[in-house]
Amino acid sequence: MANGMTVAEKIFSSKCGRTIRAGDVVMAGIDAAMIHDITGPLAITQFWEMGGERVFDPERIILLFDHQIPADSIPAAKNHVMMRAFAEEQGIRNYDLREGVCHQVALEKGRVAPGDIVVGSDSHTCMYGAVGAFATGIGSTDMGFALKYGALYFRVPETIRVDAAGTFGRRVGPKDLILRMTGDIGADGATYRALEFGGSGFSSMNMAGRMTCANMAIEMGGKAGIVPPDTVTMEYLKGRGSFDPVDIAPDSDARYLEKRGYDLSNLSPQVAIPHNVDHVAPVEEVAGRKVDQVFIGSCTNGRFEDMQEAAEVLGNESFSEKLRVIIIPASRDEYLKTLRAGLIERFVEAGALVEAPCCGPCMGGAFGLLAPGEVSLSTSNRNFRGRQGSAEAEVYLCSPATAAASALYGEITDPREV
Amino acid sequence: MRVWKFGDDIDTDAIIPGRFLTIYDEKELATHAFEGTRDEFSKKAVAGDIIVAGRNFGCGSSREHAPLAIRGAGVQVIIAESFARIFYRNAINTGLLPITSEAAEEIRDGAVISVDTAKGYIESDGKRYPIDPVPAFLLEIIRAGGLVEYARAHPEIKTCSE
Repeated sequence: MANGMTVAEKIFSSKCGRTIRAGDVVMAGIDAAMIHDITGPLAITQFWEMGGERVFDPERIILLFDHQIPADSIPAAKNHVMMRAFAEEQGIRNYDLREGVCHQVALEKGRVAPGDIVVGSDSHTCMYGAVGAFATGIGSTDMGFALKYGALYFRVPETIRVDAAGTFGRRVGPKDLILRMTGDIGADGATYRALEFGGSGFSSMNMAGRMTCANMAIEMGGKAGIVPPDTVTMEYLKGRGSFDPVDIAPDSDARYLEKRGYDLSNLSPQVAIPHNVDHVAPVEEVAGRKVDQVFIGSCTNGRFEDMQEAAEVLGNESFSEKLRVIIIPASRDEYLKTLRAGLIERFVEAGALVEAPCCGPCMGGAFGLLAPGEVSLSTSNRNFRGRQGSAEAEVYLCSPATAAASALYGEITDPREV
Repeated sequence: MRVWKFGDDIDTDAIIPGRFLTIYDEKELATHAFEGTRDEFSKKAVAGDIIVAGRNFGCGSSREHAPLAIRGAGVQVIIAESFARIFYRNAINTGLLPITSEAAEEIRDGAVISVDTAKGYIESDGKRYPIDPVPAFLLEIIRAGGLVEYARAHPEIKTCSE
């Protein structure tokens, strides 16, 4: 019987200084904690309620605003004021609304390292698994506790191993892979479990793609989604901070709950259909569906590589005037890369609204809301009923290539046919 | 003590939509609970009502506004076939009791049920169903009266490396 260890088990064993196996419950120290403008205020209130006076380590707290920026309401503005005061009082570096979407910023600022245990009061915190961290989303009360003690109870999860082989076909990419995987595993198929991604398909994938995949582990209920660190990871981290080398590669005889394999060469563009992320179909099955709004952005697909993918499909054409196109690079760095490559000019010329880095319409809390009966096609991560506005609206999820192709014609379009 | 029956995959956007997340008061959040997906809930739910649901209740966001909105409506217990991980922990931390039980499948909307957590069963229409045990470390938090009280009672915490 396989008795080796998974990445998750190695990370917890390394932190605790003894062998920790799946199923163990440990109070583990955390390397970083992330709070933003939606869940941060309640986390801070709970920190105080718990008798907190000073946070465990101000340098390990990532604090910024991204969901409702610039403040779209007076209550949102008050939340920002409250968090600014907290950051100042505690000596926490506050990125405020300058940098962009929390998960993108946490990684590009080098705040997360391979082998780290990181918590964030946002469910997509699992994205930091792209650099080989064990990162998971928690609620505000758990975050209040984490801010106070720098530790939290974890039940170390069993792992589902997913290996990918082959190479993506033209205009097929990581988002199609993770959507297909979500369709196969199901919205609760990885609940209380970690996903571990590997194989040649992942080792040849760039960091942007790894982030897209790790980001959506939670859509299968996953506690974490981890790509074991390799040379691509180290190349990405270079210049972002100083990191101690860690050996967290999974053992060849690691004990997995389940193993799955994907051949990327056989994958086609995928779309998640309303109102569940695991309701996934090949793009052909929904092609022709009229769309009112296309959103290209979010922590899932708001990186420069995503912008390039969209721009490549767009070419020198214009977006259809039958719909609105909203494009939002995920961070200031990604925005600048997109700008310097001339893509922002191209998007604006083509008729898109290009907004400053933020979560945008993804959460349906700020702007870009849908009216009853409207249809959105979005590169973000959730298509729940009411997610982007009216509960009578519909949200489809797809890759940047499929979003751009569909934006050209005003209806869901197979990007391979453009 | 009526039952509000829900299906599978009830997500946090259904429980409390994103546009209400600047609200933190549970009574006010409760006025928007299930808005757009089950409007009668916020109007008719009364203290002591129980939510019964299928698989994966509370999937999606980490927003603690979700258990708060439900608790604000007077609901103290949710029985489901299974819960999403973050919601389950948020519920316990905020004093809302999540119960996993096979009873969830059979209990109908509007049913009158009783829950005995001490003895570990649910009774509905004269039938008794067992309650799945709560993990030991979470039981400790429930016994303390929630995570805030647990923290107050533990000025120092020992981590696994100490």
